[in-house]
Amino acid sequence: MSAAPILVEPFEEPERQREAMVFGLWLFLATEILFFGGFFFLYAVARMQDPDGFARGGAHANLLLGTINTILLMTSSATLTIAERAARDGWMRAARWGIIFTLMLGTAFLVVKGFEYREDLAEHLFPAAPDFSFAGETGATRFWSFYWFITLVHAIHLTIGLGCVARLLWLERQGTLARRWMVAEVTTLYWHLVDIVWLLLWPLLYLVGR
Amino acid sequence: MRSDDTGLLAREPGETSYLTEGTTLRSWLLSTDHKRIAILYAISITGFFFIGGAAATMIRLELFTPQGDFTTADEYNRLFTLHGVIMVWFFLVPSIPATLGNFLLPLMVGAKDVAFPRLNLMSWYLYIIAGIFTLTALLLGGVDTGWTFYTPLSTLYSNSYVLLAAFGIFVVGFSSIATGINFIATVHLLRTKGMTWMRLPLFAWAMYATSLVMVLATPVLAMAMLLICAERLFGLPIFDPRAGGDPVLFQHIFWFYSHPAVYIMILPAMGVVSEIIACEARRRVFGYQFMVYAMLVIAVIGFLVWGHHMFVAGQSPFASMIFSFLSFVIAVPSAIKVFNWTGTLYRGSIRFSAPMLYALGFVGLFTLGGLTGLFLASIPVDVHLSDTYFVVAHFHYIMVGGAVSAFFGGLHFWWPKITGRMYSESFARFAAITLFFGFNFTFFPQFILGYLGMPRRYHEYPPEFQVWNVMSSTGAVVLAIGYLMPLGYFAYSLLNGKRASDNPWEATGLEWTTNSPPPKHNFLEPPVVLTEPYAYHDWDEAPGGADETTQDEPA
Repeated sequence: MSAAPILVEPFEEPERQREAMVFGLWLFLATEILFFGGFFFLYAVARMQDPDGFARGGAHANLLLGTINTILLMTSSATLTIAERAARDGWMRAARWGIIFTLMLGTAFLVVKGFEYREDLAEHLFPAAPDFSFAGETGATRFWSFYWFITLVHAIHLTIGLGCVARLLWLERQGTLARRWMVAEVTTLYWHLVDIVWLLLWPLLYLVGR
Repeated sequence: MRSDDTGLLAREPGETSYLTEGTTLRSWLLSTDHKRIAILYAISITGFFFIGGAAATMIRLELFTPQGDFTTADEYNRLFTLHGVIMVWFFLVPSIPATLGNFLLPLMVGAKDVAFPRLNLMSWYLYIIAGIFTLTALLLGGVDTGWTFYTPLSTLYSNSYVLLAAFGIFVVGFSSIATGINFIATVHLLRTKGMTWMRLPLFAWAMYATSLVMVLATPVLAMAMLLICAERLFGLPIFDPRAGGDPVLFQHIFWFYSHPAVYIMILPAMGVVSEIIACEARRRVFGYQFMVYAMLVIAVIGFLVWGHHMFVAGQSPFASMIFSFLSFVIAVPSAIKVFNWTGTLYRGSIRFSAPMLYALGFVGLFTLGGLTGLFLASIPVDVHLSDTYFVVAHFHYIMVGGAVSAFFGGLHFWWPKITGRMYSESFARFAAITLFFGFNFTFFPQFILGYLGMPRRYHEYPPEFQVWNVMSSTGAVVLAIGYLMPLGYFAYSLLNGKRASDNPWEATGLEWTTNSPPPKHNFLEPPVVLTEPYAYHDWDEAPGGADETTQDEPA
């Protein structure tokens, strides 16, 4: 069974506090959905205006590294969920390892992404560079503008997520995670959102050209 | 005069309030008490209000004569951009929610604090950080794109500090999102025993509806600003027409936020005015439930009208027709509110106190602003009036005449609760009347200017427009006096004002049941609500209530 949770102002009952944290985080996720929604709207309009150009640009996206990253992130969602459930039930060893695996998988994603960026640059796929491969081709140029913009925004989200998960590990080391498992619950919710955004980006960026 | 009856923090021996819990700077800057955060916000938005006001003063000075003799065209661009950016994001959007809302919402629902007190403090720090970014852009030389940051001017051609300003706006958005999340969670989860949804004061409902808009609209602005930053910083040609980009797409996502933002500014004002009118007319709010639904409908339809900003931007005529129709539709709930405020006054025992004068001024100015909005919502008229002073006058009637009057009204109404001091009623009434006349004097001539065809955003104009511009600039002086007077008598009230009782206006609402100023945790005992809101009289004394129907019934 879970230990008695730590209460913070202005709450007096643990159940109400948990409800507020989860509710507040879902509201935040709603803002994130609208934030990325603005991007998906632009992407949809741009692709409708020039589907062939998007396909020509998208054909050069690195499908192998993109797919590896998709697998890494999906696995990390599973490990973090295991950690969260374990923390709630007081299995702190399982929680610790779940958190550590999540941190490793998330970091691995960023490393793979870094290698992918290096290859993209080597293939002259940065639209603002003077030697851009698709100079003059409007559809492909827009595709690569979107690619760099949104993968960077996603990477920033993932880095913030890594910080939040690292905080869980710190709480675990302090020995308070068992009494603050709601923090793990809301961190997991945010982590899932970052994963789901990637799950939408994977077909939009890596599969359009194939 | 007794020594314990004077001075900012003077109090009876043994009395404690949120103001006495620690007097160091640190106890304020690290406080998670919603009341102290409200004060922090109030001080900072006042600062920004005067920065934005200084820019407005210079704009009106320049427009005093037809020639461009006070500023160059480029300086003028930077002035009105500064005025718009500061006033919209650093004054109007946070004005009522972050100050009065922060202070009053937990009190009104009977809670100890907002749901996430630390997030609340963070929102103020984000606001300050964003302000520093934007002010840095200003000190380095300003931005010349207008507050709308239209592409490709903002991304390709503008040779000014767009990146810093856009990033400041990106950050200030997080501050309003934090406030919005806090308010929604507070209303959902922290209502005290007996405080059902339909017993919430209309101000609390207004905060709820505003927060919904903040939470759902602001992220889209964040995306728009981030795309501008990406295009300027990395040269990614997202809106660049040479690379196939579509500048009108930027306008779509910009107005998807910025039209609902008008409702972020006006819904809180509607909440304030509902409280004041009910109290000062000693009446129940006429049609309480309709007032609630009208606010929620405004919040929802507000998301569906953004295209009326783009009637002449090359938008499809079919889209324009739908946006025009929806813009007419949103006038219906707005009109319901105006009729219900009027209905509340009917058979009321009206006190023309200072808050009431501000509130009545709001109703008049909001009606005029709203009706001219209908002119602009109809496409043929808008084609003529687009980008003229008619538009400028219209949105100033809503955002300045409406929102700022209500903000001042609310400030007066709750001043005794916030500070525990009374202000000078006669000075306050004089200021309210000055503000109303000064405002109309400034902005009504601009309707005529716009109708005659004077375009916005030019520092020079043909001499035949001068008489109206001189009128407007002179009115601005009167308006400025109306804005400055409260600073004087409020400061005097802090130092020498009479002590306020717990409920000086004999108002209903939980905030009036606790001390003035309230103790740190708002209530000594958690309050219990047993009555409907605005129980200023028995139901059968209401218009259409029992006594009236019996009189009117045929024998």
